[in-house]
Amino acid sequence: MLRFIRRRVAQSVIVLLGVTLVVFTLIHLVPGDPVRVGLGIRFNEATYLALRHRAGLDKPLVVQYFSYLGHAVTGDLGVSFQTGQPVTQILFQRLPATLSLAVTGLIIGVLIAFPLGVLAAVRHDTWIDSGARVISQLGVSVPDFFIGILLILGLTGTAGSLPPSGYVSLTSDPVEWGRHVLLPALAVGLVSASILTRFIRTAVLEELGRDYVRTADAKGIPAATVLRRHVMRNAFVPVLTVVGVQLATLLGGVIVVEVLFAWPGLGLLTYQAVEERDYPVLQGTVLLIAAIFLVVNLLVDLLYAVIDPRISLR
Amino acid sequence: MTTPSAQFTEPVADPATAATGDAAAGRPSAGSARDVARVLVRRPLALGGLLVICLMVVLALFGTQIAPNGENDVDVSQMLTGPSAKHWFGTDELGRDVLSRVIIAAHASLEVSVVSVGAALVAGVLLGLLAGYYGRFADSFIMRCMDVLFAFPVMLLAIAIVAVLGAGISSAMIAIAVVYTPIFARITRASVLSVREEVYVRAAVSIGVPDREIIGRHILPNVAGPIIVQTSLSLGFAILTEAALSFLGLGVQPPQPSWGAMLYDARGFVEQAWWMAVFPGLAIVLTVLSFNLVGDALRDVLDPRRRTQLEAAGRP
Amino acid sequence: MSEPVFAVRDLRVSVRTRRGLASIVNGVDLTVDRGRTLAVVGESGSGKSMTMLAATGLTPSGVRVSGSARLLGTDLRTMRARKLRSFRGRHAGFVFQDPLSSLNPLMTVGRQIGEAYQLLQGRSRADARRRAVELLGQVGIPDAEQRVDSYPHQFSGGMRQRVMIAMALACEPELIIADEATTALDVTIEAQVIDLVTELQAKLGTAVIWITHDLSVVAGMADDVAVMYGGRIVEQSPVDELFEHPAHPYTKALLGARPRIGDRSPLAAIPGSPPNPLRLPPGCAFYPRCPVRGDARCATELPPLAPVGHEHRARTFYADVADAVPGGSMS
Repeated sequence: MLRFIRRRVAQSVIVLLGVTLVVFTLIHLVPGDPVRVGLGIRFNEATYLALRHRAGLDKPLVVQYFSYLGHAVTGDLGVSFQTGQPVTQILFQRLPATLSLAVTGLIIGVLIAFPLGVLAAVRHDTWIDSGARVISQLGVSVPDFFIGILLILGLTGTAGSLPPSGYVSLTSDPVEWGRHVLLPALAVGLVSASILTRFIRTAVLEELGRDYVRTADAKGIPAATVLRRHVMRNAFVPVLTVVGVQLATLLGGVIVVEVLFAWPGLGLLTYQAVEERDYPVLQGTVLLIAAIFLVVNLLVDLLYAVIDPRISLR
Repeated sequence: MTTPSAQFTEPVADPATAATGDAAAGRPSAGSARDVARVLVRRPLALGGLLVICLMVVLALFGTQIAPNGENDVDVSQMLTGPSAKHWFGTDELGRDVLSRVIIAAHASLEVSVVSVGAALVAGVLLGLLAGYYGRFADSFIMRCMDVLFAFPVMLLAIAIVAVLGAGISSAMIAIAVVYTPIFARITRASVLSVREEVYVRAAVSIGVPDREIIGRHILPNVAGPIIVQTSLSLGFAILTEAALSFLGLGVQPPQPSWGAMLYDARGFVEQAWWMAVFPGLAIVLTVLSFNLVGDALRDVLDPRRRTQLEAAGRP
Repeated sequence: MSEPVFAVRDLRVSVRTRRGLASIVNGVDLTVDRGRTLAVVGESGSGKSMTMLAATGLTPSGVRVSGSARLLGTDLRTMRARKLRSFRGRHAGFVFQDPLSSLNPLMTVGRQIGEAYQLLQGRSRADARRRAVELLGQVGIPDAEQRVDSYPHQFSGGMRQRVMIAMALACEPELIIADEATTALDVTIEAQVIDLVTELQAKLGTAVIWITHDLSVVAGMADDVAVMYGGRIVEQSPVDELFEHPAHPYTKALLGARPRIGDRSPLAAIPGSPPNPLRLPPGCAFYPRCPVRGDARCATELPPLAPVGHEHRARTFYADVADAVPGGSMS
C-alpha cells in the first residue's frame, strides 16, 4: 500500500507542476501586453513599469516560470493589477464563502440522493426506480444557474421572503447566512443530487447482486439488517469516494452560481478578474481552485486505499 | 487498481471484459446499426430524445425561415410583454419576440456544441491513438498532459481560456474543444490498449501490414462504439458549457442569440419578465436531456462497461 | 418411520426471458431423512442448484416457482417472507460454491459466523463470538481464538470453505445444503472438506443435501443419489445400487465417462449438449443424445419415474438393470 501511496502522490505532484505551467502560460497567451491590457484606461507609465517589473515580465520566459514557481511555493502569487493587493490575501478572503456554499450544496445533494438512490436500488425495476432515474437524468441536463433563476423567480421578491443575492458570513450571523446561502446551495445541490443518485443507486445495486448477500439472506438475517449491515457498509466506500469527488467538482463548479447570486467567493472573484483583465488574480484563482481539486481527488484515492481492509492488511 | 477519482474519467481497460462482444472484437459494427434501432424502439424516451434532436437541428438550419419574426426585429410598443397570442413566448426589453429568438438561437448553441465537440473528437482520438498504439514515451507524455487538463474543473478552464483569448463565439469554441479533448483521448487510448494485444492484430503486425492500415481496419472500429456514446453525451454537455459561458457574457456576444446569451440578457429582468429566462432555459434543458437519453441508450448497445464510472462525477 | 427433514413435491421453476419461457426445473420430487445424505448429481444446466434455491426461496425476482417444499413439515413455499427467512435460517444451513464471494469481504469471519446465532436466537455479541470460536474449532481451524477476528481473504480456499461450513452450523440446523461446495477446491482439500462434513453429520445427526456434478465425490459420502437431467430427476436410488446397477442410459453414460486408473482406453464423452430450457423436447429429454434409444415411445412420450429395483427408480422406457457399466464395474 505504501508503494501505491508514493506513486499516487508522485503523480499528483507532476500534474500539479503541469498545472502551474498552464497557469503561468495563460498570462502570456494574452494577445498584446497583459499589463497594458490589465491597466486599461487607468494606464499610467509609472504604474505600468512597476507592475511589469513586479510581475517579472521583463525577464526571459524560463526564468520567469521558475521565479513564479518559487514565489508560489512561498505563498506569493503577485499583486492585483486593480487594487495592488497581494493576490494570496484576496484569495483567502474569498475562500470561506466558496467553501460554505460548496459544502452546503453537497450536504443538500447527499440528503436527497442517499434515500432516493438506495430506494431506487432496493425497489429496482419498479416505478420508483424508473422515476428516480428520470429525475436524475433531468437534473443532470439542467444548468445549475437556470435552477437558480427558477428559484429566484419562485422564492424571492414578491413570491417569497428569501433574498435573491448577497452574503453574510457564517461566523457573524448564522441565521442570515442560512437565509442567503439557501438558494444558491439548492441550485448547486439539486444538480449534485442528480449525479449522486445515479451513482448511489448503481453502487447499492451492485452490492445487492453479490453472493455474500445471498449468503446473508440464506442465514436468515432480516432483510433490513442485511441492507444496513452488509450492503450499505460495503457500498459505503465507493459512495464516499464519489461524494469526495463531487466536493472537489463543486469547489470549482460554483462559479456561475456565485455570479448569479452575487456570492463573493472564489468563483465570483474569477469572473471579476476576467472582466477587469486582472491577470494575476485570475492566475491565482485558477491555480488555487485547480490545486484544491487535485488535492481532494488525491485524498479520496488515499482514503479508499486505507479503508478497504483487503488492501491495507496486505 | 483503478483509483477512485480516475474511475470517473478513465474507462477501465480490463482485459477480462474487454474482449467481449462485437465492438471489442474489432469487427465493424455493421450489425450494431440494427441493434441501435432495436434499442431505440424499446425505449420511447430515447426515441423522443432523437426526435427532439432532429427538431433542434432543423431549427438550427432553418430557424430564420421558420421563426415568425427576425431575431432583431424590434417592436417598441411591445416591450416586456408576457406570453400572448401575438407573441407566444412574450417579448424582451427591446420588444423582440422571444419565440423567434429562441428558435433562431438554436443555430448558435448547436453550432458551438458541434464544432467544439467535433474538434475535441478529432484531437482526442488522434492523441489517444498515438498514446495507445505507440506506447511508452508517447503514451506517458500525452496522458500526463491529459491528466493536467483533467485537473481543472470544466468551467474554470473554459473561463480561463476565454479570458485569455477575449470573449466571443470562437473563443468559446476553442475553450470547449480544449476542455473536452482529454476524455476522448482517454476513451480512445483504452480501446486501443484493449485491442492492441489481440492475436489477430499482432499477426497483422508481424506480417508487415502498415500501421495506418492496422489502425484503420482493426483498431478504429473497436473505438467507434464508446466514442459515439461519448460524442452524444458531450454534445449535450457542451451546450451546457456554452450556455454558462454566454450567461457570463463570455461566449456568444449580443446581439447574436444563443440560449445562454438570452439568459444573459434576461439577467436584469428576472423579476419583471420571467419568460425571457424560462423559455431559453427550457430549450437548453430539453436539448441536453435529449442528448443524454440518446447517449444512454447508445451506451447500452455500444459500450456497457463504462456505465458505472461515468455516472459519478459531473464529468461529461 | 419419522417424517423426512426435507420433502420437495412437484417443484417447477421457469424464467421469462427475452427469447421466451425457459423451463429450468420441470417437476422434481425429493426427500431427505434425518441423518441421511442425499446427493443431487447433474451437468451444469440440469437444474440441480436452481431446485434447491427455488425450494428454499432464494431465487432472484422474476423467477416463477410452483410446487411445495416442506422443511420439518412446514411448507416453505407458502410462508410469508419474513417468517420464511427466520425459519430457513434456523433450520437450514447453506454452503455455497465460491467461499470468497459468498463471504462478506469487509466483515470478520467471527462476526459472520455468529451473526445468525446472535440475531435469530437473541444472543449477545459475546455469546455469538464464543459460539464462533467453538465452531471454528469444530471445523478444524487452528488458533480459533485468533482467527475469529480475521477477514475472509486472509484464509486459504479450503479454510474458507470450512468457515462457510461453520457458519452453516451456527444455529444447529437440521438440514445442510451444500451447492457445489467443493468444486472450486483442489482434490486433496476437497477430500478433507468432505470428510469434515461426514464427520460433523455423524456427530450432529444433520441431514445433508450435496449438490455436485462430480460422481466420484458421491461415491464416498452419500447415502442416496438423485440424478438430474433437463430439470427432472431421471434416476434415484441408494448409492451402492446406483453404481452397481445404473438403470438410466444417462447415468450409465456418466459412469462410463469417468477416467479410471490403469485404463488407457479413450475417454467416453457423452456426445451432444444439454437440452435448451427454452425448447424442451416433448419426450425424454435425453433422447437426442441417448446411445441406446431402445423404445419407440422415447421421442414423444415423457417416461414416468418408475421402479426398477429396491428403492430404485428411473425415468426411462429402457431400463435394463442387468447391464452393468460398459467395460466393467466401478472398482
